[in-house]
Amino acid sequence: MSDFSEQLTKPVTEDEQVETSVSSGTGMHFPWLQKQLETVVTGGKKKKDFAQTTSACLEFIQEALLRHQWQRAAEYMHSYLQTLEDSDSYKRQTAPEVIWKLGSEILFYHPKSNVETFNTFADRMKNIGVLNYLKISLQHALYLLHHGMFEDADRNLSQAETWRYGEKSSSQEVLINLVQAYKGLLQYYTWSKKKMELSEFDEDDYAYTSKSQNMLSQSCKTSVNICALIKVPGVWDPFVKSYVEMLEFYGDQDGARNVLTNYAYDEKFPSNPNAHIYLYDFLKREKAPRAKLISVLKILHEIVPSHKLMLEFHMLLRKSEKEEHRKLGLGVLFGVLDFAGCTKNKTAWRYLAKYLKLMLMESHTVWVQEEWNSRKNWWPAFHFSSFWAKTDWKEDTALAFEKAYVAGILLGKGCRYFRYILKQDHQILKKKIKRMKKSVKKYSIVNPGV
Amino acid sequence: MDLEEAKEFKERCSQCAAVSWGLTDEGKYYCTSCHNVTEKSKEVINSSVIPNTKINTINRGLRKKRKHEKGWDWYVCEGFQYILYHQAEALKNLGVGSELKDEVLHSFWKRYLQKSKQAYCKNPVNTSGRKTKVLKDNLHCSDWASEPELLSGGDTDFALESGAEFQSDAQIPKDFPITKASQSASVCSGSLDGVEYSLRKEKGIVKMTVPRTLAFCYLSLLWQRETITLSDLLRFVEEDHIPYINAFERFPEEMKLYGRDKGIFAVESWPDYEEIYKNMIEVATFLDLPRFPEITEDCYLHPNILCMKYLMEVNLPDEMHGLTCQVVKMTGIGEVDFLTFDPIAKMKKTVKYDVQAVAVIVVVLKLLFLLDDNLEWSYSDLAETYNEEHKEDKPQFGFRKWYQVMKKTFDEKKQKWEEARAKYSWKSGKPLYHSHIDKSVAYKRREMVVNLQKQFSALVDSTPVVEKKGPSSFQFNWTEEDINRPCFHEHTLQGLLVKKGQSLKTKNSLYWLSTQKFCKSYCKHVTTYEESNFSLSYQFILNIFSFLLRIKTSILHEEVSLIEKKLFKKKYSESKKNSSRSKKIRRH
Repeated sequence: MSDFSEQLTKPVTEDEQVETSVSSGTGMHFPWLQKQLETVVTGGKKKKDFAQTTSACLEFIQEALLRHQWQRAAEYMHSYLQTLEDSDSYKRQTAPEVIWKLGSEILFYHPKSNVETFNTFADRMKNIGVLNYLKISLQHALYLLHHGMFEDADRNLSQAETWRYGEKSSSQEVLINLVQAYKGLLQYYTWSKKKMELSEFDEDDYAYTSKSQNMLSQSCKTSVNICALIKVPGVWDPFVKSYVEMLEFYGDQDGARNVLTNYAYDEKFPSNPNAHIYLYDFLKREKAPRAKLISVLKILHEIVPSHKLMLEFHMLLRKSEKEEHRKLGLGVLFGVLDFAGCTKNKTAWRYLAKYLKLMLMESHTVWVQEEWNSRKNWWPAFHFSSFWAKTDWKEDTALAFEKAYVAGILLGKGCRYFRYILKQDHQILKKKIKRMKKSVKKYSIVNPGV
Repeated sequence: MDLEEAKEFKERCSQCAAVSWGLTDEGKYYCTSCHNVTEKSKEVINSSVIPNTKINTINRGLRKKRKHEKGWDWYVCEGFQYILYHQAEALKNLGVGSELKDEVLHSFWKRYLQKSKQAYCKNPVNTSGRKTKVLKDNLHCSDWASEPELLSGGDTDFALESGAEFQSDAQIPKDFPITKASQSASVCSGSLDGVEYSLRKEKGIVKMTVPRTLAFCYLSLLWQRETITLSDLLRFVEEDHIPYINAFERFPEEMKLYGRDKGIFAVESWPDYEEIYKNMIEVATFLDLPRFPEITEDCYLHPNILCMKYLMEVNLPDEMHGLTCQVVKMTGIGEVDFLTFDPIAKMKKTVKYDVQAVAVIVVVLKLLFLLDDNLEWSYSDLAETYNEEHKEDKPQFGFRKWYQVMKKTFDEKKQKWEEARAKYSWKSGKPLYHSHIDKSVAYKRREMVVNLQKQFSALVDSTPVVEKKGPSSFQFNWTEEDINRPCFHEHTLQGLLVKKGQSLKTKNSLYWLSTQKFCKSYCKHVTTYEESNFSLSYQFILNIFSFLLRIKTSILHEEVSLIEKKLFKKKYSESKKNSSRSKKIRRH
């Protein structure tokens, strides 16, 4: 250590000089500069520890929630509640919503929590920051419904419904509508239960009349409640469905039709397949003309080409006289089978096999070619591989048969799928296969005329 | 006597229970059946329409309450005085001698009031030429002034000492700028001068703030050469052993705080080492304090003693103390003149005793192990092999083992610390509001929060998880017995030293400087700390040490650099000449 010390033991005499040269110096001095530099060093205004610890607290709560540590979450929640008193007014205003979301989550899952605790919490939170009143009321009602507390939920919604606070902002108006609609939904529930009971009574019974009277008044209330909401653009499936059911029950076909048409066709509403399905079902019940049904399903076809109603759509198109419709009928079938979830749909394959034959018989080869062109690159591997031939044959010979027919027509008799099925010497299907072979020879688009 | 007018009064008489009242000449009610005279007068009853209550009690209650609501007339500096008083009490409870409170802090504070022209001087702030008119309202002043013993003691000797002329009634701030402010101020602040105080920007005056109360405390501790460092003080504040956050809660009930007082007395951050350190120098300079009592080798704040303390704290071998002493000697940081705080001297700076001591330990670790993420590990291999083979001997200190133990303990400690911080409850039971209009809202909010908290604490396991720790200078506890936290104090450094002639020499002969070139701009920092430029071992050591002191790593890094600067003075001047950039200095 001696060498090292030698150099170090020298008394540090110039020490002070060096120090001063750091802090003072020649030249100008800008008093404001230092302040500027200080703020730059700390990255602008320093965040207060209150803000830091509460945001750390929030992170701990979120982590605990993710790991389902409800106890731990509740522990931190105890501290996080002080954000309600944040001196930053913006943060103070946003705090109730955050606390409601975290707190209701904790109370929903916490083993020591019960409906009573949740109710107290919800009631308290409703009154902190008026803007959350409706949202919390609604979620509170949903919680009660979840726990089967039908009447309490209803009472809650009624309270929320009558709540007013100064000028309602537009967002609040939607919430009021939503609250009313949920109330309507509850009324529908009662109504529908009564309807069930009613079906057990005799029509001439006294009880029947009073019951049906009762139901009528119920439905009136419901329609008032739901009506306002479904005029606002949005997805309101359960509300629309129950509303229409009631309208239909009391014979208001026009009203129901209006509601459904509006729900499906109003451009302000988001695209919603169910809207078209409801309308289609209604029109079908009403025995509407085929053209009308086709026009509804055409839109559904554009939104959900794989929908199970598409097969019905195909049947409608097939029966139509219009060329255009008949052509679309082919496209619809191809469209359905494009989807992986529909590859084993025997009906679809049967329809396609039949329809292809029909089309080719009517010499609409161009139509078939048109549909096939965009698929010939991938359908063989997607549907007609030898693997599928084997599995299909094993699982469902009828399906394999239909598919083989289609494969034969589209890919020619040399196609692997077709050949595989052909090779299977099946006793019962023997005749059928023979017929298929003949038919394929005749109609296959691969070797026309040969 | 007007019986007609007395008809409105429907209460039963408290003595005979009859409802038959007349009015006396003074406007008071008396019972016509038993001639019992009540205390309430007519006006009061008319204004308070509260049925079914004894007016008698209401009346009294109201009067008291009104007085209560308005509270006392008080000045901002009184508020700070209360805080200082309670802080000094807390320090006393921590074992600090009572002279600190009764003599040192007391006289510092008086000196402050005098220097800032708030009291103990001829013309207190702004009152010159104006007639103060609040004297009558201020009668209660004597009430509170007698309360904190802080001031009752040495009034007279202070007067002698400072030589200032005193008015006969030298109680603190009697004559204050309460001209117009007294009316308007009561609207926007609970204190009389809150509004004015927050607007006051006088040149050359160091204004009192809550963080500065700690500067006062630390100055007194330093004056008394107590065994509490600045980082200890701030840690005690953070651990709630010393009132700081919501210190205003301890004000007497009658001292109402709101409006501007909120900005003055409410703090939402824990004290920051650098800030308090700066404040302390500012205050000391402002007070024009003389040279502080000398820090000699037997003082707690001397680096040799502090190094010993921190070596124990971070579980390093006692043998290292010899090396730290040597570094202290070579750098001259153990000299009395260097260590003693002298506010009047030119340099106007003092030593960060705790940071400096820790920095010395870092330097010694660098000397022993180089800390280049390489040498320390190969030395550890040697030490482990040696210990395997010589189980009977005193074990050699191995960096790896120490690292593993420290890393684990430190991570746990830090995690706990972070959790405790996240759970810290900042809000006072006495909410602060902007004006009387907000008052009910603020109180309602508080009540709501308390109710909600009750609800959530019911969901927490009833067994209290965090037991409140008593204050201690040590944060870690190392014992031989604990297998998870083995103690390295007894380990030897033999493996790291080689004999050369008569003396011992470190086996490692290399060293790298934490800072090559010092920053010479006008900003105060001397160097910067970019973590990624340094070895992981160095980062780790800086991290645990700076956590220990609750300071930023950059501050410790700076202190390490400054010590190296003194240690390798020659190398620095050489490198300046050659402008060589070699990071490693070879020692021969």
